[in-house]
Amino acid sequence: MKASGASGRRSTLIALASTVVFVVAVAFVVSRSAGWPEVKRAFFNGEVFRESLRVIPEAFLVNVRIFLIAEVLILVFALFIAILRSLPGPVFFPLRALAIAYADLFRGVPTILVIYLLGFGVPALQIAGVPRDELFWGVVALVLVYSAYVSEVYRAGIESVHPSQEAAARSLGLSRAQALRFVILPQAVRRVMPPLLNDFIGLQKDTALVGLLGTVEAFRQSQIEVAATFNFTPYLVTALLFVLLTIPLARLTDWLVIRDRRRQLALGLGG
Amino acid sequence: MSEGTALLVEGLRKSFDGNEVLKGIDLALDRHEVVCLIGASGSGKSTLLRCVNLLEPVDDGRIVVEGDEITAPGVDVDRIRRRIGIVFQAYNLFPHMTVLRNITLAPVKALGTDRGQAERDALELLRRFGLEDKRDEYPDRLSGGQQQRVAILRALAMRPQLLLLDEVTSALDPELVAEVLAVIRELAEGGMTMLIATHEMSFARDIARRVCFLDAGVILEEGSPEEIFSEPSQPRTQQFLQRIIEAGRL
Repeated sequence: MKASGASGRRSTLIALASTVVFVVAVAFVVSRSAGWPEVKRAFFNGEVFRESLRVIPEAFLVNVRIFLIAEVLILVFALFIAILRSLPGPVFFPLRALAIAYADLFRGVPTILVIYLLGFGVPALQIAGVPRDELFWGVVALVLVYSAYVSEVYRAGIESVHPSQEAAARSLGLSRAQALRFVILPQAVRRVMPPLLNDFIGLQKDTALVGLLGTVEAFRQSQIEVAATFNFTPYLVTALLFVLLTIPLARLTDWLVIRDRRRQLALGLGG
Repeated sequence: MSEGTALLVEGLRKSFDGNEVLKGIDLALDRHEVVCLIGASGSGKSTLLRCVNLLEPVDDGRIVVEGDEITAPGVDVDRIRRRIGIVFQAYNLFPHMTVLRNITLAPVKALGTDRGQAERDALELLRRFGLEDKRDEYPDRLSGGQQQRVAILRALAMRPQLLLLDEVTSALDPELVAEVLAVIRELAEGGMTMLIATHEMSFARDIARRVCFLDAGVILEEGSPEEIFSEPSQPRTQQFLQRIIEAGRL
């Protein structure tokens, strides 16, 4: 809700004041702690900070690339899984069971294990024609893990569209696939945009895990810097870069949630 | 079956979880005939319409549309449904599409009509029923009466041989009922074959060639509106109409 006029300015001032008080209080407590001089030297070294800013952002572009490639693949693959799971009737039971097993497996196994198993395991098999590149398998692992989550988000969306919508589409002579494509999915995807984007915020962070396979991305690069300088400031720089990448997506998600709530209210609840 | 039979239903049965909703329905509609189904809620009116459109698979019996048995095994249900329009109580318009897209979707995707042609046809329909200025609106910007009229036009755009109307005015505020009934009346005058489930008794009396009273899954009594509304022979029909009169709906 947008406050207006004097009361709006007043709330802004209060918010500003309480933020300043909070930050000052935290800074006071931290800087008075016994270990602060040591921590300050290890994590907040100005010289190392400048040096890190010179090399880590370039490695960070690898994370952005991993994220963008994985995101597109996840959107497509997860939708495929969700559709498999929504197929009706006993004939499609094996496909449904397969989709459920997939979602259970890849939501259950820790992401870091999937990355290790695929990234080190598959290239070690030395099968002709199968890529040996660890970056390739890192991306595959992320796609498999995140598609399991995103397929559940899609499925929730598909199930939230009232059955009467499909009945209306089918009654007009559209096939099941056409009803899904033109009537159900557009409504479903719109509804699950916020949780979908939320999953992608998680994906952005987890691109750092690909560094464990040896790919030099931001996290791996910061490890190299830490080893070279005996100082932890490069980690701080990497963390800042990830936060900067996350903020636009997080705000976009918030904005979509607010917009949906406004629309619901405008339609008198329920629509 | 006579030459001009649009719809023939024989021995239709349908159960939901062991609860038999339709217990052997026999019904025939001539081309251009308007038949109204009346009866209490739960008597099977909606189920009968949904079965005729194959939205519900039938358990037993035959349904024949324009000479083709649509309940035969292996029929292409999508092709059948293109010939039979249905309009629902809750309109069920597609909320993410404009009025024009709602109407043109099925002709373009299911019939393969050229989009330009489909839009010209849709605009013609909208003009005819006074909704031309709503072509670019989304359904949630329309009144219930306007939404239901658009839903009727959406069904008409497929040029159905038979139109099924499932209590299309029951969800409407009283002052919006008339505009929807006017559309149906115009369709009847234009010769559209219609099977109408309704609670609007005066409308049924006015528009129907024949009225069927459904009770507990069977057609208990059928006849001309005069016969059914003025001198019903079955005690259950008399009872039902008595209650309607007491409620001030006739």
